[in-house]
Amino acid sequence: MLRPSLARDIVLGILVIAILALIPALVPSKAFQDFVIRVAAMALFATSLNLLVGYTGLTSFGHGMFYGLGTYSFALLMQKTSLSLPMAFLLTLLITAATATVVGAICIRLRLIYFAFVTLAMQMLLHSIIISWVGLTGGDQGLQGGIPRRVVAGFDLGNQHTLYLASGVVLVIGLIAMRHVVASTFGTSLRMIRDNEARAAFLGIVVWRVKLAVFVLSAMFAAVGGVVTSLFVSGAYPELINWPISGDAIFAIVLGGIGSFLGPLVGTIMLTVLNDVVTRTTEYYGLALGIIILVFALGLRRGVVDFVTERLGFRPSGGVS
Amino acid sequence: MLEVQSLTKRFGGVAAMTDVSLSFESGSLTAIIGPNGAGKSTFFNLMSGAIVPDSGQVVFNGENITGLNRAAIVRRGIGRAFQVASFFPSMTVAENLMAAIAAHRGQWGDLAHSFPRQGVRTRALEVADLLGLADESDTLSAKLSHGDQKLLDIALALALDPTALLLDEPTAGMGPEERWQMIEKVQRLWAQQRLTLVFIEHDMDIVFSIASSIRVLCYGRVLAQGTPDEIRANPAVIEAYLGTPETDEPA
Repeated sequence: MLRPSLARDIVLGILVIAILALIPALVPSKAFQDFVIRVAAMALFATSLNLLVGYTGLTSFGHGMFYGLGTYSFALLMQKTSLSLPMAFLLTLLITAATATVVGAICIRLRLIYFAFVTLAMQMLLHSIIISWVGLTGGDQGLQGGIPRRVVAGFDLGNQHTLYLASGVVLVIGLIAMRHVVASTFGTSLRMIRDNEARAAFLGIVVWRVKLAVFVLSAMFAAVGGVVTSLFVSGAYPELINWPISGDAIFAIVLGGIGSFLGPLVGTIMLTVLNDVVTRTTEYYGLALGIIILVFALGLRRGVVDFVTERLGFRPSGGVS
Repeated sequence: MLEVQSLTKRFGGVAAMTDVSLSFESGSLTAIIGPNGAGKSTFFNLMSGAIVPDSGQVVFNGENITGLNRAAIVRRGIGRAFQVASFFPSMTVAENLMAAIAAHRGQWGDLAHSFPRQGVRTRALEVADLLGLADESDTLSAKLSHGDQKLLDIALALALDPTALLLDEPTAGMGPEERWQMIEKVQRLWAQQRLTLVFIEHDMDIVFSIASSIRVLCYGRVLAQGTPDEIRANPAVIEAYLGTPETDEPA
């Protein structure tokens, strides 16, 4: 039997997909479809990072390595093998999970700042491997040549409108799945570790196992975002695995709200809008973004969704839903 | 029966615990007293698996539990509460207890079912009721009064169905009146649940009024043990501890 909140999430998800399907009929805009695809990829990535940062208290600065690994694994599998798109997708998740298990096993026992910096170092390592391995990855030119075999069950993901809808569906499924993770007893264990790791251990939780599990899970969700990006850009580029991409996800979380499940999604939308508007009017994108982040950090002292939910009298900071 | 034999622990060059042998009868209510730095909290940490002794043994109901991890010791029935109330501040009282019960039932890695699973909430409310926290079950634990936070800490230990309970200064940071209310609750709990209860306490009036036996630690050694009357008459205790003016320190 479905729990009521899961049933509600699914209904809500179907509604969102229906609205996304209707919009192009009313307002045919290629730019909007592009926007949704980019938001879908980034929101999956940012929300997956918030499983670590917001729910478990593990601040990773290198989560972008799994997003980037998703783009490269998927694009390479499609180009170098004859696997079908769904198989390449599944294999990408497996490759990411295996990598995250190794990286996680090294990082998970480190505390706070050490965890943050060692994850960052891991990402830089992976980035430099990709840059140097020119024969396989195209080095700093990125992986060009496009993605073949994009037709899945009659749907051509090379068609922008189809990719737009598919991205919406993947985003909704990904969010519902992550929502389920945080609402499970495992999700409660994450909050216990974040709140009071020592006590969680005294209550019988094997802390490192929970941390490693959530590290691997969140990496896989980030890789899903990477696959969407790979389809969108028809390949993979070093910028997608370089360390600033991790910063983008952290910005999205900070803007949207660390304590709300949908905070990272809202933050991603804000960040993407900002990016599009600001880069159109000025070349000082970083400056404009920095000021806006400061306003949120110093003014509201929390993300938008956290601010609104607190004003409405709901409980903040990832409380049990 | 909970007992330790020749327990020794050093931190660097400091001997925190030297050759301590003590036993606690099943169903007894024992107070541990001793001046600052006597090793009382270290003693609890050693018994609950938070730290491993350099030598000596911890034996619980005939089983050697030395060196087992915290979770394994909890599963064998030794629960503990902390000097500084330790709980999950982003959760309500009920959620704290449900989380503890789910963890204790081995559901902590469960991704398939949503939280809480069947029966967990009912049990959580029972435990809250044992400590008089039922009215606060939907209060965010971070917003509880200091005394209620200490009760929640004890409730978290109780949620694991312990047979032995170690309370590290249950009345720490409380006013005189609140102290007595707390200690009455602890005493009632001990009687109702037939626990082997060991508590650390600084207030001598409390110790002498409720403990059935007392252990005195001093500089990591056992200075004396016996009934309240025996302890009161013990010259070594009077000299080392009772005779000096009582200080109101956290240990």
